[in-house]
Amino acid sequence: MTGLDIFKLLPKTNCKKCGQATCLAFAMALANAKADVGQCPDLSDTARETLEAASAPQITLVKIGAGPNETQAGNETVLFRHDKCFVNPAPLAVLISDKSENPAAETLKANSLVFDRLGQMHGINLLAVQNHSGDTVVFAETVKVVSENTNFPLILISEDPLAIEKALEITGAKKPLVYAATEENYPAMTELSRKYNVPLAVKGRDLDHLAGLAEKVAALGHRQLVLDSGARSVRQVLADQTQIRRQALRRFRPFGYPTIAFAVNSRDPLQAVVEAGVYIAKYAGIVVLPSADPEVVLPLVTLRLNIFTDPQKPAAVDSRIYEIGSPDDSAPVLVTSNFSLTYFCVASDVEASRVPAYILPIDTDGVSVLTGWAAGKFTPERIAAMLKESGIEDKVAHRRVIIPGGVAVLSGKLHDLSGWEVIVGPVESSGIPAFLKRRWIA
Amino acid sequence: MNVAVNIIKEKYSNRINEVVIGTDPHTVKAGGDSTLPFLLFEGETPNRPLVALEVWDIEPKQWPEILTSEFKGVMSNPAAWAGKCEEYGADLICLTLAGSHPDNLDSSPAQCAETARAVADAVKVPLIIMGCGVEEKDVQVIGEVCKVLEGRNCLVGCAKQDSYKTITASCIVHGHNLIVSNPLDINIAKQLNILVTEMGLPSNRIVIDPLVGSLGYGLEYAYSIMERIRISGLSGDKMLAMPMFCQIGQEVWKTKEASSPVEETPEWGDQARRAVLWEVVTAATLAQAGGSIMVMRHPGSLKQFLVHMKNLMEE
Repeated sequence: MTGLDIFKLLPKTNCKKCGQATCLAFAMALANAKADVGQCPDLSDTARETLEAASAPQITLVKIGAGPNETQAGNETVLFRHDKCFVNPAPLAVLISDKSENPAAETLKANSLVFDRLGQMHGINLLAVQNHSGDTVVFAETVKVVSENTNFPLILISEDPLAIEKALEITGAKKPLVYAATEENYPAMTELSRKYNVPLAVKGRDLDHLAGLAEKVAALGHRQLVLDSGARSVRQVLADQTQIRRQALRRFRPFGYPTIAFAVNSRDPLQAVVEAGVYIAKYAGIVVLPSADPEVVLPLVTLRLNIFTDPQKPAAVDSRIYEIGSPDDSAPVLVTSNFSLTYFCVASDVEASRVPAYILPIDTDGVSVLTGWAAGKFTPERIAAMLKESGIEDKVAHRRVIIPGGVAVLSGKLHDLSGWEVIVGPVESSGIPAFLKRRWIA
Repeated sequence: MNVAVNIIKEKYSNRINEVVIGTDPHTVKAGGDSTLPFLLFEGETPNRPLVALEVWDIEPKQWPEILTSEFKGVMSNPAAWAGKCEEYGADLICLTLAGSHPDNLDSSPAQCAETARAVADAVKVPLIIMGCGVEEKDVQVIGEVCKVLEGRNCLVGCAKQDSYKTITASCIVHGHNLIVSNPLDINIAKQLNILVTEMGLPSNRIVIDPLVGSLGYGLEYAYSIMERIRISGLSGDKMLAMPMFCQIGQEVWKTKEASSPVEETPEWGDQARRAVLWEVVTAATLAQAGGSIMVMRHPGSLKQFLVHMKNLMEE
């Protein structure tokens, strides 16, 4: 809604109770999400309802799990990350069948699927226990074993309300996602999900059917929903995910929830991974993976990190002295930019060289060396200032600094400003190990 | 009790140019899309993204064993190597003239042209020709290669901001298609395409190289620049309506995730599967952003990528 649309719904008394000088000013503030509907005490009920619906998130935020490992999906506002950013990194779930011979071992293996990426831990978020056996007791036992062996929240996969009921008796307090309400079982599934206050996935046969079913479940009073159009081929899943996101952003109410996508292409396990990648990039709220092998999960965790990075914020590390290994006063000093990607490439290549060293990332506002150089942010002045002010002069006995090969042109000026001998390093960070061995140890 | 969903279909005013590479009957086509990739419910992706495998004129020193083992016995002979790539199912051969680099063999333009001719004669599939990256050298080498491959309608790289004139002229005179390279910048991409077309190269012989990064190493920058270029092209900007070219292999195979053996990083799992997945997931993601020509290195990546394309494009 525009500011003027909102203004028409306001009392137009200019009473200032909301803190704004006029109703028009308040309307503009509301349109820009700088004010809250509740700040106006004199709104009519219809106006309040209209305005609250218009300011509600287009895609409901759905939470799965309880405590520190709670994970969430939803709240997305755009079709393309360059329009603003994607908000909630899609939780990844690993599938465990109740026909598994050793669900405890599979659970422990899945627990270790957490990786250090750029200094932070990232990994899977959910375990999905599937009722393949068709037996409610076997399912409940498997859910119990998995639940006891993990901190990850669960997805309970069964279309049998009895199986879900038994599983919820065991894990309901840990707030699992129930999958799924269908045409046949939705009254019972909805009642169970409401009773335990847990989110519920709705599985349709196609988009039209899904929309109808989601409305029916919502009419029973449950709003923590997750959508599945039922498609499993990558072509159809991509089409449905795209359509659901477009519809949700235009406030088509039945599709105003996050989605779940199953990458379970059984013919070829590698294809399943590639398809999971497509779903991460293209709008899935939750992605279920068929395998817990680390080489399968690592690329997907990495892709999610890339796609959900906020493009408006350059990723930067603090501009200070970083020690790699245990450098002494004869260790080399390398400067680079504080763009985190650049810094971590340099750090990992220095580490690979096994030469203890100091790295000084110059504050370039988080842009790369060459971009920083072109924009006047990676300058001899800034490098000289950092050499002087960072305290590196107290840490090393020598006065030799290594600069990136791409900015060799800075050498003369930097030497004049700092008095340090300037050594031109390799153009690519990958050349650092060979360079340090040749130029520093020799 | 269904609720009829009024399917939202985007209609764009323009199409992506279709670039034809090679000569009959062995041509391949890139581009031609009328909407975003693979959204077949609202438009066309008439040509599936193409895959080129990389062949070098010297034996690469840095390639890990899981890569070189796929080309055993042929890597000292570019023509035989290209034949192997054709056998693996590559749509194109990307011949990289790394030997012309002053730090490598510093081979002469005439030597490079000889190699290029031998490779072109050894295979039916069309050729992509890439220099060594040293601009002064590439200008001489690519000119000579364009000349001896006259009439073969190759794809030649790369025109850059500071050195586009000679290579563009070579493509115009000898009848090749041109890769125009820009450093992740939509404005420079457009500006360079304008300059190149003003020299007389038709816009349906231009391919954009946005200088992509690998999964985990800047992929998201390329992803968003490519989406923006594609949307601009479809929305009517004819100077951005070119197919896009992605150097996947060279970026992926320098990452630790592809090259580190399982003994070094046991927590990352099996290296062969990990490396191929790194290459395929990078390519598949950039295909979603609009990439039309993928240069890869591992035949396993090529195979998986083509299966994925089939699943995305066929009923």
